[in-house]
Amino acid sequence: MRRRAPIKDSGAEHRMFLNRVVLAVAVALGLMGLVVGRLVQLQVIEHEHFADLSQGNRIRIEPVPPTRGLIYDRHGVILAENVPTYQLELVPEQVEDVAATLAALIDEGLLAEEDLPRIRTLLGTSQRFTPIPLRYRLKEEELAQFAIARPRFPGVDIRARLMRHYPFDSAAVHAVGYVSGLSKEELQRLEDPAVYAGTTQVGKTGIEQRFESLLHGNVGHRQVIANARGRALGQVPGEQPRPGANVHTSLDIELQLLAEEAMAGRRGAVVALDPRNGEVLALVSTPGYDPNAFAAGLKPAEFRALTAHPDQPLFNRAVRGRYPPGSTIKPMLGFAVLEESVSDLDHTVQCPGHFSLPGSSHRYRDWKIHGLVNLHDAITESCDVYFYQMSTELGIDTMHDYLARFGLGSRTGIDIAGETAGVVPSRAWKREKFSSRANQVWFPGETVIASIGQGYMLTTPLQLAAATAAVATRGERYRPHLALGWEHPLDGGFHAFEPEALPRVQAQNPLHWEVVINAMRDVLQGENGTARAAGMDAAYPMAGKSGTAQVFSVGQDEEYNEDEIDERLRDHALFIAFAPLEDPRIAVSVIVENGSSGSRAAAPIARAVMDKWLLEDRDERVTVRGRAAAQAGTPLARSAPVAE
Amino acid sequence: MGTLFREDAQFSDRRPLGGIGQLLANLHLDGPLLAGLGVICAFGLFVLYSAVGQNPDLLLRQVIRLGVALIALVIVAQLPPALLRRWTPWGYLAGLSLLALVLILGEVGQGAQRWLDLGVRFQPSEIMKLAVPMMVAAFLHDRPLPPRLGHLAVIGAMILLPALMIAVQPDLGTALLITAAGILVVLLAGMSFAHILALAGLAVATMPVLWHFMHDYQRQRVLTLLDPQSDPLGAGYNIIQSKIAIGSGGLFGKGWTNGSQAQLEFLPEKDTDFIFAVLSEEFGLLGVLALVLMYLFVVGRGLYIAANAQDTFSRLLAGSISLTFFVYVFVNTAMVCGLIPVVGVPLPLVSFGGTSMVTLMAGFGILMSIHTHRKLLPR
Repeated sequence: MRRRAPIKDSGAEHRMFLNRVVLAVAVALGLMGLVVGRLVQLQVIEHEHFADLSQGNRIRIEPVPPTRGLIYDRHGVILAENVPTYQLELVPEQVEDVAATLAALIDEGLLAEEDLPRIRTLLGTSQRFTPIPLRYRLKEEELAQFAIARPRFPGVDIRARLMRHYPFDSAAVHAVGYVSGLSKEELQRLEDPAVYAGTTQVGKTGIEQRFESLLHGNVGHRQVIANARGRALGQVPGEQPRPGANVHTSLDIELQLLAEEAMAGRRGAVVALDPRNGEVLALVSTPGYDPNAFAAGLKPAEFRALTAHPDQPLFNRAVRGRYPPGSTIKPMLGFAVLEESVSDLDHTVQCPGHFSLPGSSHRYRDWKIHGLVNLHDAITESCDVYFYQMSTELGIDTMHDYLARFGLGSRTGIDIAGETAGVVPSRAWKREKFSSRANQVWFPGETVIASIGQGYMLTTPLQLAAATAAVATRGERYRPHLALGWEHPLDGGFHAFEPEALPRVQAQNPLHWEVVINAMRDVLQGENGTARAAGMDAAYPMAGKSGTAQVFSVGQDEEYNEDEIDERLRDHALFIAFAPLEDPRIAVSVIVENGSSGSRAAAPIARAVMDKWLLEDRDERVTVRGRAAAQAGTPLARSAPVAE
Repeated sequence: MGTLFREDAQFSDRRPLGGIGQLLANLHLDGPLLAGLGVICAFGLFVLYSAVGQNPDLLLRQVIRLGVALIALVIVAQLPPALLRRWTPWGYLAGLSLLALVLILGEVGQGAQRWLDLGVRFQPSEIMKLAVPMMVAAFLHDRPLPPRLGHLAVIGAMILLPALMIAVQPDLGTALLITAAGILVVLLAGMSFAHILALAGLAVATMPVLWHFMHDYQRQRVLTLLDPQSDPLGAGYNIIQSKIAIGSGGLFGKGWTNGSQAQLEFLPEKDTDFIFAVLSEEFGLLGVLALVLMYLFVVGRGLYIAANAQDTFSRLLAGSISLTFFVYVFVNTAMVCGLIPVVGVPLPLVSFGGTSMVTLMAGFGILMSIHTHRKLLPR
């Protein structure tokens, strides 16, 4: 060590190493001695205590699942609750021969052959000593029948269980979601699987899935004195489960039902928002499906029928459906035209019913000959040629910038899963999207068709509603959300989720908003408005814009004749609207797939939704938000655990 | 002391070799070490057969894994220590790059990411279990010992960089074991006791920081150790049940495949991390002591090989590999009988699962290489 030069003294190093090895051996033997000492303590000194626990009677800890929280609409109407049902259960550890028992139950008529595959899956994945549900929702006579047969079926029992129930059946299913059987894979993905001991179902979609951790609560447990085969001989009270929190949503179930009725028999979506805070008032995607079937355990054939259905009822069109927005983006583009000083109200364009780019013979068709139009007329009468012309001056990247500011082409961040982003194209987007050089080039013609919301452009109904809300508020934007807050399960305290403001759409001149909104008003209430039929006799001022999106392309010299076209190839009908003009309280988007005409098929639905909301002053009714604490006893009483 | 060991080594090399001895020597294998490992593996298969519910398919899978691991051992044993030393920095860098890749891919995916899919799925952290002690030993190989403070700082970085990358995966157990493997090299190299005390002080001081970065489930494990009854359905359940299994086994055990705790499914993870409890229940304290003695024999033989190694790299590496093996045994057994928190460390060579088995056996391959590539020293 005294040497400063880096010369190795291998003899000294070796001696040092051996010293350290001896030390390590001493420490290792000491540590192993600790383990052996512990083993002697457990296996020799305390052996009898543990032998008692293990042999003969033993104490088993059994989980007591919590009661799932309820889901309410904005006025305190229950959208998801728990109802007591009687179910037939089997504890595999308590049955000598599971296969024989199941066969005997089939002979008894209490079980059907077709239940067997599902039960076998459950048998393979169940947790220790957890009863496996054989049948849900037993009828009265089945209860009586089993009561007589019971002595012949040890290990099989009837239990009162709480089952998730959706009182409005398929209504709002795409917002509320559903619960269904908890699989082993899902259990492993959960952050703390222990909390799910004894729980058989988990939220799969919508609010039920997104707010799973709030709704579920925390597991309790009791100690069961059981013999070696696991049969319970008695129980000692343990810890009570903590019930799940109740979630309050901004939905108005009556508005929702009205919108769903208006959409009955059609494929499409309706989204209604409160522009002042982003609350979702109605979220419709048709056709829907019955969440109660999922909660009760769907048979494989039933599930296949749903997934194979040509109308795709499981598909949430409101947040996942990607539709060309068609002319509904004209108000936003009109705003861009004014902001960029490309045009103003004095500037007119001659519309001969078609448009060609300089040096090209290709004709971009308009739906009719509009003659001389300015920006106001171009929105009110939905003139395509005007916007074709403007697009050549704005350019695709500027158009993209403005539409993106309204939130089109990106996820809104609504508080349910599965949302899609859609597409608002730009040069950069196309370079990114396509791999081959030839496909990366942006063509001038693509700008032209983008100006009427066709081509690559795809938006969701939710995005359109949010963009409409941004026009309504003159640029203020809020993140759309369904959950208003949650109610503490024990003390009833209400915890609100605050609305989240998003970056404003800034205007150089606030009057530009008024130009666009005036034109949108005249769509519904002007003499030449495309949707004047839907706007007739309104008791309040409203604004809107129709859109018709091509599903399949018509050749440039062909006529579009809807009678001759297969129903599924007809144009999609779109409509966006908000009301009233000052201090708007509702913004709506409607999409009717293959509805042919936005003003005829979609606009009346938007009008009906706005009428219901505004004429009944539904937003000004007392909501449960303020009353939650005072009424805490009432909703919780409905979810009290059922005595067994 | 040193001379005595060297003479001893020469004596063993000069022993006339029989048929099996000749074969082992040709294959660069060490007979006593191989025998010790073989006995542990055989005993382990017995216990495992009971723990997996007498399922021959699962047992066969384990046998195949053992076979693969054995092949890895034989291959590694052929590589001379000097060659291993030259390769070490490259292996270490490759391991670091793969860890970085896992982190990047993990950012894209969600949640825990430990696996890398390169045709075969493997965990880059496995490479580091050997690469870190090798790197530290190679670094110290041609530097004066005991290591100086500046060198210690470099070594600290060598150990902590991969350890942190693994800890954020998150795989705290492996990160700690790799840190231990690296630190053991330095301790064996003669790091002064003042430095050791300072390091221990530093470790205690970083505890609260570590706690801050722990995931909830990791904190839960520590809290559960302090009071298993606080979480009787989650992590505490394992400890309660494994203590019952061990305690009820008594001195002689309940007999092979007769453990009610294990066979009636009371004991969770009984074929992996908690297999020691099955062993204790069915073979009793005597069975456990037999296995512990076998483990200690393997560790002892490893340290004997280290003591007889001829250069610093070999000596430090052999010592670290042997002691790290002991750390695995200690951490698992202490965890199963409730002395330390539940960390996901399997019982080496006995627990079901193959990811770590190959690494483990490759480590023993290095030990054998070190022992069988010695040159007769001119006196």
